[in-house]
Amino acid sequence: MKIALLSGKGGAGKTFLAVNLAYCARRHEQSAAYIDCDVEEPNGHLFFPFPVKERETVFTLIPSFNKEKCTSCRACADFCKFNALVFIKKTPMLLAEMCHACGGCSLVCPEKAITEAKRPIGMIETRQYENLSCYSGILNIGEASGIKIIQSLLQKDGGDFSVIDCPPGCACSVMESIEDADLCILIAEPTAFGLHNLNMVYELTAIMKKKTAVIINKEQSTPYEPLTNFCRQHNLPILAKIPFDRELGQTLSEGTAAYGTNKKFSSLTDNIYAQIKAMS
Amino acid sequence: MKIAIPLDENKTDVCPTFGRSPFFYFEEDGKEEIAVNPACNEQGGAGPKSAQFLADMQTDVLLTVRCGQNAADVLKLADIKIYKTQGKTAKENAEAFHQNKLEILTHFHAGFQGIQ
Repeated sequence: MKIALLSGKGGAGKTFLAVNLAYCARRHEQSAAYIDCDVEEPNGHLFFPFPVKERETVFTLIPSFNKEKCTSCRACADFCKFNALVFIKKTPMLLAEMCHACGGCSLVCPEKAITEAKRPIGMIETRQYENLSCYSGILNIGEASGIKIIQSLLQKDGGDFSVIDCPPGCACSVMESIEDADLCILIAEPTAFGLHNLNMVYELTAIMKKKTAVIINKEQSTPYEPLTNFCRQHNLPILAKIPFDRELGQTLSEGTAAYGTNKKFSSLTDNIYAQIKAMS
Repeated sequence: MKIAIPLDENKTDVCPTFGRSPFFYFEEDGKEEIAVNPACNEQGGAGPKSAQFLADMQTDVLLTVRCGQNAADVLKLADIKIYKTQGKTAKENAEAFHQNKLEILTHFHAGFQGIQ
């Protein structure tokens, strides 16, 4: 089973919950995985203080030109919807960061002067703790798109229960991360801003026809009614309301997963896990 | 020497953006010309495509308010020099350039990748 944790903003608690759900799942399943798709700022591995077992470079494809065959007809540049190809002094020039690796230029070239070459854009680090795998996607600094890394991450063996930690927001990288998810869990803060962000990601999961549930994080003593009303209106089950808790915050800042150490939080996580299983 | 300047919709003033300017003003030996910028409605990569257009028009000098790094890379390869505009209209900038009053543009912003 694959579950994805999303939120419209950073700092809502995606990583914290994803890590703890993974630690919880490994107790109940043969194998489990935590997959960090927040490739621009992967930090879930901080909760997995184990040596890196494997480091694998991720490549994207870029066109490579055979200058002897090229007749400067510009069919490739005319085709490129991203304007990643220009012709200056009859010579093709590639703006590598703008290339989306669609391969169209090599298909339309009448002289077959274009082949596809590999360009490294980042890597995947694998850590292993008994039956729990941790995969972190890392996009090289300065790169524009991490989609290729997310695609490679999702091909990894996630075992019986994998938890996908999505990038914040609802852009292409999030769409890619939830593509194969069986369930999307939206993490929301009980504020007007939190509700606005929830609405954004909910729109995405609704368009993609994903089974969706909500977890409210940092719940205050007085609940924020508009948020619960929103969930009721859209038939979104609320799996848990995690209280705003200084002790939990401290555990998080120390880079420790609270599951297994904080008793109250462990039973809360077990309960979330049981509800997820019941929904599948 | 052919000069190009991004031109606003009123066809008189310098357009503050390069890649998505609706028109380009060209001036060569006192002869003026206005052309539609074929890149102005692109979703992404408007800068490089505009730079390609200027190269195809055999431009020697670009006078502009600002310019992105990707476009600047293309312009450099095409041996097109970039100067920073001063004042409002395209015409007065062309004159200022001929009187050596404009300075070379040295700062280029990162590409917008279609996001503004």
